[in-house]
Amino acid sequence: MTSFMNRWIPITFMLLSVAFLLFSWSIYVDENIYENKPADYDAQLQKQGRLVWQKYNCHVCHQLYGLGGFLGPDLTNVSQKGFHYVDAFLKNGAASMPALELTEEETQQLFEFLKATNASGSSNPKDYRKLWNGMIEQ
Amino acid sequence: MGSQNKNTGNLFLVTALVLFMSSIVFGFLSSLIYRYPEFLKDSIGLSGLRPMHVTAAIFWILLAATGVIYRSLEAPANQSKLGLLPWLHWILWVIALIGIYYSYAVGSFGGREYWEYPPVFALLIGIAWILFLIAFIVRIKSIKKWPVYVWMWLTGIVYFLFIFIENYLWVIPYFRESFVKDMVIQWKAAGSIVGAYNMLVYGTAFYVMEHISKQANTGFNKWAFALFFLSLFNMLFNWGHHLYLVPTNPGIHYVGYLVSMTEWVFFIKIIYNWKKQITEAETHFHYFPYRFLLAANFWMFFNLTLALFMSIPVINLYMHGTHFITAHAMGTTIGINTMILLAAVFYFLVPKKEHHQSRLLKAGFWGVQISLLIFLIALMGMGLTKSLWFFEEPQAPFFEMMARSKFWIILFIFSGTSLMISFFLLVIPLFVHPFRQKPVSLKRIYKNESTHQKT
Repeated sequence: MTSFMNRWIPITFMLLSVAFLLFSWSIYVDENIYENKPADYDAQLQKQGRLVWQKYNCHVCHQLYGLGGFLGPDLTNVSQKGFHYVDAFLKNGAASMPALELTEEETQQLFEFLKATNASGSSNPKDYRKLWNGMIEQ
Repeated sequence: MGSQNKNTGNLFLVTALVLFMSSIVFGFLSSLIYRYPEFLKDSIGLSGLRPMHVTAAIFWILLAATGVIYRSLEAPANQSKLGLLPWLHWILWVIALIGIYYSYAVGSFGGREYWEYPPVFALLIGIAWILFLIAFIVRIKSIKKWPVYVWMWLTGIVYFLFIFIENYLWVIPYFRESFVKDMVIQWKAAGSIVGAYNMLVYGTAFYVMEHISKQANTGFNKWAFALFFLSLFNMLFNWGHHLYLVPTNPGIHYVGYLVSMTEWVFFIKIIYNWKKQITEAETHFHYFPYRFLLAANFWMFFNLTLALFMSIPVINLYMHGTHFITAHAMGTTIGINTMILLAAVFYFLVPKKEHHQSRLLKAGFWGVQISLLIFLIALMGMGLTKSLWFFEEPQAPFFEMMARSKFWIILFIFSGTSLMISFFLLVIPLFVHPFRQKPVSLKRIYKNESTHQKT
């Protein structure tokens, strides 16, 4: 029994590891499913906008698709309210949000990023359908 | 050699305890912002405090587990020497920590959830982790038959390194081409890396359990290996449950859903073992390492119940994006990981049962358990308020929903304060004890401190 375990422990470990690597690779190279509406935003600017989001640590208080901090609202679809709405909050802050000193370029990049998040779908739980098997989908 | 391992191990344990206490203080300050939004708003703010809290909490787990592994694998006289490697390992961590906290203080962020520091410091941590892997392999190569905790530690160390690298793929522009793809990889890494350091912690639990019960076969138990592989399977493939609402490949959602459901086995196993543990508890209850392991078991039951429901997508829909998620994260970090690591810290730094007789220590222990329960209830209350707000028609403004949570926020702050005080009662003597020439009872340390204060 012991020798059986000694042999199968490393084999099982290796098999699971190989499966994990293949699964990971399939995610890294998958190009087909991620772009819903690329025409709705500037692809280059949104890439920079992602870095602006990170530079100001926005996720500490805000969420994208419900992932992030909970002091402020989810911002996945905030770009629907327009550039000036977003810009006003960035410039003036809110109750617990300080006024952020973004450059004009950074504000534009961040807004393009928020347009990209909006184009990917809705984060509103009311927009999800419940399936018979317990799964949900938009 | 043995003495060198012991010193390095203790150094990691004490460094981890400093981080643990820092995490509690930063967490307490962060909680005040929920009630008093202007607090520190124009200085460090939540954008600085939360990374300080989260980084200290994660590094407490990593460094405490590292200290435990150094202490557990204290080398016999014939084992090859590691020279200065463990010291270099520790120094790299200290440099990284100083750099990271300086960055937070001046508002320089990498800005990824849980890993908010600029990516340059990840290089130092990565190199430190490679040194740890080398030290670990050198230590275990002389062990002919590996108990389950050695497998768990090896898995945790190797996979942490792989996932830690994956966590920084975002610095390559290719991985930021699509926001959703970037997010999938981010949460794939975030989910799996928790699994990797949980492996280090669960390995620690098996080690301490084996040494308290003095049953050498615990580490070779078939059930232990079955649970190890189930944990590994979940670590590698169950992270998809973070992404149910993210519009990605449905295959990712289904894999996460199905794999998460295998965790029911853990759930059933905990219930099955309950009676046996009560019998054991009668023998070991006054020994703090055992008491912490027993507490971890209770919190595992609590958190696993929450996790299992959250892993069902239709239920997740009502809990996602709310403080139920925070309750789960805090519950596992404090209730499971911290309890297990404190068990190990007590086991190594204050090994003798007769040194655990202290009323303040007992008050600290029970204070932690009761405060944590109230703390988690408060978070779930906040979560429920937000969940109801999500589905109401018409939906009130966000600030109104926050105002409805006032009672839960106050409860959250009070229970958090009580949790902080209780942890301090438990942890402060641990700094004093290991550095005494002749270890004494923790009761005496308290007595001496109070006498000293009076004079």
